[in-house]
Amino acid sequence: MATATYSKAVNTSPFYSLQLRRFAVVSLVTLLALTITVFYLMPFGNMTLLAIKSRDQIAAGVDGSILPLEPQLFNYEGEDYPVYTVPFEDGTVRELALVRKGRQTSQFVDPANPAAGLVEWAGNWRGLTAVSTIQPHFENFGEAWDIINFPRLFGNTLGIALIGMAGTLLSSICVAYAFARFPIPGKNILFLILIGTIILPRQVTLIPTYAFFATIGWTGSWLPLVVPHFFANAYNVFLLRQFFMTLPRELDEAAMIDGASPFEVLYRVIIPQSWPAIISVSLFHFIFAWNDFFGPLIYLLGKPELQPISVGVQTFNFQYGQRPELVQATSLMAMVLPLVIFFLAQRVFMRGVVITGVEK
Amino acid sequence: MSSVDATRVMPPQEVAPQRKKATLEQQQRRWGWIFLSPWIIGFVVFTAAPIIASLIFTFTDFNLGQSEINFVGLKNWERLLNDPLALTALGVTLKFALIAVPVGILVPLGMAALLNSKALAGKPIWRTLFYLPYMVPAVSAIFVWQSFLNGQTGWLNRILRGLGIADPPNWFQDETWILQAFILIGVWGVGNAMLTMLATMQGVPTELYEAADVDGASGFTKFLRITLPLISPVIFYNLVLSVIGLMQYFEIPYIATRGTGHPGTSAYFFNMHLYKEAFTFFDMGYGATLAWLIFIIALLLTVILFVTSRRWVYYTSGD
Repeated sequence: MATATYSKAVNTSPFYSLQLRRFAVVSLVTLLALTITVFYLMPFGNMTLLAIKSRDQIAAGVDGSILPLEPQLFNYEGEDYPVYTVPFEDGTVRELALVRKGRQTSQFVDPANPAAGLVEWAGNWRGLTAVSTIQPHFENFGEAWDIINFPRLFGNTLGIALIGMAGTLLSSICVAYAFARFPIPGKNILFLILIGTIILPRQVTLIPTYAFFATIGWTGSWLPLVVPHFFANAYNVFLLRQFFMTLPRELDEAAMIDGASPFEVLYRVIIPQSWPAIISVSLFHFIFAWNDFFGPLIYLLGKPELQPISVGVQTFNFQYGQRPELVQATSLMAMVLPLVIFFLAQRVFMRGVVITGVEK
Repeated sequence: MSSVDATRVMPPQEVAPQRKKATLEQQQRRWGWIFLSPWIIGFVVFTAAPIIASLIFTFTDFNLGQSEINFVGLKNWERLLNDPLALTALGVTLKFALIAVPVGILVPLGMAALLNSKALAGKPIWRTLFYLPYMVPAVSAIFVWQSFLNGQTGWLNRILRGLGIADPPNWFQDETWILQAFILIGVWGVGNAMLTMLATMQGVPTELYEAADVDGASGFTKFLRITLPLISPVIFYNLVLSVIGLMQYFEIPYIATRGTGHPGTSAYFFNMHLYKEAFTFFDMGYGATLAWLIFIIALLLTVILFVTSRRWVYYTSGD
């Protein structure tokens, strides 16, 4: 049908047809994006609705609704009675609470008018449909929060992330500064080696590093998780170096003529101009530390009081696998902060990704 | 203070300028090494030395539970060849990589092409939403997908049943479907690849497309003949990263199967075996041997990629 309109339009008014065609294409492509997004993000919906279900609602299983539905109850003279949709012979359909069950006749009460007393209804009540109502159980979050001790996990994650962030900023800024500004012999080869470490599988360094930390007694503490970050890392150095290289050298030289030492140049000239790159690196590190699972898993084994949220949620699943609603609630709690940070700083974030990914 | 330094940097008279310049350069070099030192130290302590040490470990019976270390020659390597579980795990890893690598390139490529389309309204919103799942911590993502792919109550199977598929797969409980489930989880992690591809696509000179328009090329031809060659370096970069990443694949199967690799050995990835040997039995010698095997394989694959890249990766600047 769309094509028919289109061909007619072509004959009468070319300008109009062009616009119409463009509108159709834009709508189609945008609709495609919408469809992909709906499917892509659907698991979030599944998680959220599961997290607010009660155990009974989950037990309804495949026959149950995806919504947290519960039978509607009505309290009549101190007792809860389920509400049913009741059809009457005169054609009216009323929602009534079933008070007295019987095989031939049952007695109901009208929740809208309980004072009217019981209503007699002829027929088998088992044939009636129960009325459901949406009943979200937000208390799941409170329960999950208490069981996993969220404040402690949150504090641990924050501690590990922030110390590591300080380390990677201090070291990566210095190293990037060295690569961007100083005439070091063999600099290009060193830089290639640095970039090469990106494609080095971590297993090959893992075991001796672990044995080393175990020997000096650092396992079971945060030290193996934070100390290595004080020795720079390829992604961060690359990002910062690219940024430093775009800064005009004239400002450095002017500061040096004024007698500034290289440290002062870095501190007074380079860093104040580099906040976008520094913020990118900080965010990258924060997200990395927040998500890091393997490091805490091996180094903080048997130390729940020191573990970050990633390991905490995984352990929780081990112990409370029979309570999917709580597992979903903890998963949701673990992703809130990274998502909030992303929404607040997505521009900085995406630019950082592009710099490290495209320019290499 | 500053005047003293200024004379040092810029000598007022031309007294032996050659020597003065050399010392300035030397000074600059010294500062360079000072600023570089964190990485040099870190590289030696946390990268170079461990690589060598782990190679040495492969010839020992080093176990963290025992104080004695003996050289055992090639025993660990012999054991590896006769360890059916290790070979199975390697097979699972390579089989998974065979599906995951193409998916990990084609899905972000498609998304980037869509986001780059002139016909898409509201681009920044879609870009944010496509990137969003990348920010979800792996641990959360696994549990989210476990609920979504639940055989009975998961939304995906509800949809499949609604579409008339009476018996949809029981994803995480089914040997033939669990790897596909991991692939689906992996699709949530394509954000970075998508962004880098998109940024490169946006950098393709518009003149090229205009010239193709003059020649009457279709949109698909333009994508195949102009866009793809020009973004091939980024595709290559993502290909290398994804192969290396898959050789390190651990978290998702470990958490999803609680370390078991069940059902059967269908989700028993190589690094779960390594983890078990090294960090459950603390057999560091054998663990290092497993690590070196996967390192050699990763290195081989990377070399193959680099060699074949000459045929299809197109660099504009000619290097």
